[in-house]
Amino acid sequence: MARIIVVTSGKGGVGKTTTSAAISMGLAKRGHRTVVIDFDVGLRNLDLIMGCERRVVYDLVNVIHNEATLSQALIRDKRCDQLYILPASQTRDKDALTTEGVGRILEELSKDFKFIVCDSPAGIERGATLAMYFADDAFVVTNPEVSSVRDSDRMLGILSSKSRRAENGQEPIKEYLLLSRYSPDRVKLGEMLSVEDVQEILSLHLLGVIPESKSVLNASNSGTPVILDEQSDAGQAYIDIVARYLGENKPHRFIEEEKKGLFSKLFGGK
Amino acid sequence: MMSLLDYFRSSKTNTASLAKERLQILVAHERSSRNQPSYLPKLQQELLEVIRKYVNVGEDAITVNFEQDGNQETLELNIVLPEER
Repeated sequence: MARIIVVTSGKGGVGKTTTSAAISMGLAKRGHRTVVIDFDVGLRNLDLIMGCERRVVYDLVNVIHNEATLSQALIRDKRCDQLYILPASQTRDKDALTTEGVGRILEELSKDFKFIVCDSPAGIERGATLAMYFADDAFVVTNPEVSSVRDSDRMLGILSSKSRRAENGQEPIKEYLLLSRYSPDRVKLGEMLSVEDVQEILSLHLLGVIPESKSVLNASNSGTPVILDEQSDAGQAYIDIVARYLGENKPHRFIEEEKKGLFSKLFGGK
Repeated sequence: MMSLLDYFRSSKTNTASLAKERLQILVAHERSSRNQPSYLPKLQQELLEVIRKYVNVGEDAITVNFEQDGNQETLELNIVLPEER
């Protein structure tokens, strides 16, 4: 049986797709057969972040409507043979997704894969609620900023009441906090909510902090999940997050301000 | 020198604690209303009508509170009767 992970946030632009791309690549690179699904019907973008936009032939909605088989729609990643991408449809409206259809696809994928990562769209409409409905684990991506924290809390409410696990009275979805675009120096200046502040407000288990990093835009420019940029701080943050999720005990990083050496003090860091 | 500068800057621009305070209030409020059953306003209205058949109370004489604590759900009903003269 596969473990189904939803990457959610409510608010847009906080790093859901970046996170989905990074953790699915990370899990696959650790040897786990992984598929990542784009649930943003009408506004697909995971393909672009994964760098496979020119290889999309069929999509999630085609498979739901039996216009294509799963194996026709799945795109195998060229960098890691344990990773597959199921793109969203670009043309249809979001009502094209049905609970039965999504359930059927997830069940079929569960036979072949160890992890299924569902990249949720922003908002609380069908694509977003369906991406969470079948989840076992939820990665709540949050920025240290008021509207993002509020929306994350809203998603926690939906996760606990409108999921398959909630409806069947099963053990609730495991929820994890991924705090992204974090700037320790701004926290120190009192300009940004700290990781403790956000944890206190949301009372969530912290899976990791992803620092504000230039490497994220560089990665998306080139269609490479940022986790493959192992030299970058954001890449390392995601490597740690994957390891922690797999049960390894990694101390948290990127929470404290980086101690700058004389060189970077003189010439500017990063 | 640097820490002194930090001190003056942070005392001017500590908006993070303001953000935290606002969020804590907002989130607590939204959580309590999220867990309330949807029939609550209607229940409150109907109870008011029944009580008004017997006692002359104002519109705001009744408060209905719903609380959830683990598996236990509590419906708290508070009616303020007018002072008798």
